[in-house]
Amino acid sequence: MTSKNKWLSSPYILWSVMFIIIPLGMIFYYGLTDKTGAFTLENITAIATAEHAKALWLSLLLSIISTVICFLLAYPLAMILSNMKVNQHSFIILIFILPMWMNFLLRTLAWQTLLEKNGVINSILNFLHLPGMNIINTPYAIILGMVYNFLPFMVLPLYNVLSKIDENVLDASRDLGAGSVHTFFRIILPLSIPGIISGITMVFVPALTTFVISTLLGGSKILLIGNVIEQEFTQASNWHLGSGLSIVLMIFIILNMIASAIFDKEGEGSML
Amino acid sequence: MKNTAKHIYTALIFLFLYAPIATLMVLSFNASKTRSKWGGFTINWYSRLFQNEEILEALGNTLLIAVVSAFVATIIGTIACVAMTGMKKRSRTILMGITNIPMLNAEIVTGISLMLLFISMGLRFGLGTILLSHITFNIPYVILSVMPRMKQLNPSTYEAALDLGASHVTAFFKVVFPDLLPGVLSGFLMAFTMSLDDFIITHFTKGAGVDTLSTKIYTEVKKGIKPEMYALSTLIFITVLILLLLVNMAPAKNKTPKNPKPL
Amino acid sequence: MEKELIQLVDISKSFDGQMVLDELNLNIHENEFVTLLGPSGCGKTTTLRILGGFTNPDTGKVIFDGTDITQIPPNKRQLNTVFQKYALFTHMTIAENIAFGLKVKKKSKSYIDDKIRYALKLVNLEGYENRMPNSLSGGQQQRIAIARAIVNEPKVLLLDEPLGALDLKLRQEMQYELIRMKNELGITFVYVTHDQEEALTMSDTIVVMNQGYIQQIGSPESIYNEPENAFVADFIGDSNIISATMIEDKLVNILGTRFACVDTGFGRNRPVDVVIRPEDVNLVEPDQGTIQGVVTHLIFKGVHYEMEVMAAGFEWLVHSTTLFPVGKEVGIRVDPFNIQIMNKPESEDEEAVAIDI
Repeated sequence: MTSKNKWLSSPYILWSVMFIIIPLGMIFYYGLTDKTGAFTLENITAIATAEHAKALWLSLLLSIISTVICFLLAYPLAMILSNMKVNQHSFIILIFILPMWMNFLLRTLAWQTLLEKNGVINSILNFLHLPGMNIINTPYAIILGMVYNFLPFMVLPLYNVLSKIDENVLDASRDLGAGSVHTFFRIILPLSIPGIISGITMVFVPALTTFVISTLLGGSKILLIGNVIEQEFTQASNWHLGSGLSIVLMIFIILNMIASAIFDKEGEGSML
Repeated sequence: MKNTAKHIYTALIFLFLYAPIATLMVLSFNASKTRSKWGGFTINWYSRLFQNEEILEALGNTLLIAVVSAFVATIIGTIACVAMTGMKKRSRTILMGITNIPMLNAEIVTGISLMLLFISMGLRFGLGTILLSHITFNIPYVILSVMPRMKQLNPSTYEAALDLGASHVTAFFKVVFPDLLPGVLSGFLMAFTMSLDDFIITHFTKGAGVDTLSTKIYTEVKKGIKPEMYALSTLIFITVLILLLLVNMAPAKNKTPKNPKPL
Repeated sequence: MEKELIQLVDISKSFDGQMVLDELNLNIHENEFVTLLGPSGCGKTTTLRILGGFTNPDTGKVIFDGTDITQIPPNKRQLNTVFQKYALFTHMTIAENIAFGLKVKKKSKSYIDDKIRYALKLVNLEGYENRMPNSLSGGQQQRIAIARAIVNEPKVLLLDEPLGALDLKLRQEMQYELIRMKNELGITFVYVTHDQEEALTMSDTIVVMNQGYIQQIGSPESIYNEPENAFVADFIGDSNIISATMIEDKLVNILGTRFACVDTGFGRNRPVDVVIRPEDVNLVEPDQGTIQGVVTHLIFKGVHYEMEVMAAGFEWLVHSTTLFPVGKEVGIRVDPFNIQIMNKPESEDEEAVAIDI
């Protein structure tokens, strides 16, 4: 299979240029020009205005917290799953993808029902004589929504790298005198770095840029950077400003991509 | 002891993941129209669902877009995988890098970038623009599931087929493609699922008057979700669940029960 | 023979209801090169894993230097293992791999550096300190796995088919290397393999195993020359295994003809199996042979010819440096001390053992 099928790649190359490269170029074009078409950095520096900076700061804060929580929840789970020795690798992936077959907006909305003042969770807490919690329409509800929506994207890459670790390598570590704590920190954790990086990327980027979760669970008061950009496009119709803020957002995404390229050269941490 | 803790932990996580789904299912049988009150059991919403033309149209759009975009993405993606194996390492790395952009980039950025493109091209926003966008973000999923299969492929089998007199096309479809098939199928399924679940990109690339289930739900959020929606999503979920269970059960019979332990 | 270092006492182990080891008893001496030899599934790897502490026996005890270590976890045992597929830590350099066990034991840096240098010299890989495992060839990785184990100064080194993944030439080279290392280190090696040639080349003692039972323990020579049953005879090298009757001491009826032999104590008119190695079957002119037959197959094997001779209803396998063409009538003679008499398997179970290889 050599030069003969060089032309085979042309449909995909054409498609990528048309629908990936050029559109990204357009964002840069709009982001770096004003309404008259003249070059300007104003749309980028607009991030420094109090309103935008606050939204970006809140987005960063909530997405980092969510990513950390996802990691802490997912790592033990991925270890448990990878130790189960289920032959059915695909089954494990399936149970995490299955929820996606129920619309993600509805699933997120369902948390309203669960979290409401007289909702399911508070009723249970009440029944157990525990203090109720009132987190709906607060940043906490947004964090919960983020963790809920993106947790599978952390579990799957971790599960993937952990289940690929050779059992013999762990035996070798024990054989050389290492206890389970030592084996975890010196062998398992370093070997799972590609999965960790990939998981962090898969959670952090959508959490940082979401506008849906904040709309559904945060009430209308809490604005994330995603909400600001979305409004510039759908309500204010200031595409230049929206594009400029998107470029700022992409800087964070690119930083994340560079980090994952450094740590995961082999692409071992992929989700599938 | 330790094992019980592990089981409880796993169960709690799955409770967390599936609780909202259970909630929606319960709501689909709730006679009261508001989410927060239980008004008794009814299957009324299920029969109302089939009279609600708006929802059915959105469902039709969603399925049409998911099937067509997954199908086109599977073809383009699979061909791209075959082509990439014949490429020089450098150009392959560049192309894989471009492939990763829609996966790693924020959906909102992909959405608005496509929106800007379609506007500047003067396209009419509607099913067509949604389709183009969905194909774009689906191709990477296909490539990522076919590529590992492609790498495992033994190039000698293709050459053996040629050696035995097959043409390049016959050799590909008789020898290479069957080996790729599991990857192609899972890529298609992945793409289909992603398309079905997408809201953000559709939100930016749809035109007025055209709705998928996601965008329909989003517009309904403010005025309150129609309970028919819960009924519909319950039906979809149960259908998929049953299909997947059937698929998973069938080959399990042929498999040997367990890997023999090392002796 | 030096003093006993390890005793396995009545070890039984089953996986998923399947018996893998059945009341196994084995003594290993200090400074001995012991090989556990057998087909896959015979229980040899399980035995090794029980020694290493990775698998707990269902019943029985592991005694090490006089103390019961059955319940001691692997990280507290004075044994180290060389794993089948090396199991190197791919995220660490060669030096870090070798230093791993020593760092766990909190040895000083200068001590560790000395040890690394010594170990790399021992395995002939000086200067590889900063390489990554994946940049090494299979043979080199295997040497690093050995180096990583021996720096911990174990009293016993366990080796689980360490040469299995290497090609033939490298394997033979490594066999000599292993013998040299063992002599240099002066420690006990317990070696698992299914390769009989490897076992015969390297071992002081071979333990032939099948289906969870020890079939025979002995030196390579005694295993080869005096197999105790048909399984061992068949597993180690080629052989003619023939049903026969022991007429009396030193006289056996093979295929209706009386042969003199050297074995005694089997009783009178007892059914037995006899083993005759193909190189011990002498082909002569028909009138000089004990029995007569016709050559049916002939293959040139380099050092010798391999022939099959049909005689008295049995196809005899013969190795000889003299050529007898197909169709030639020949006589067969066997020296008495080359006829090995074995008891017939007693139960049907053991019969199955003999066939199922």
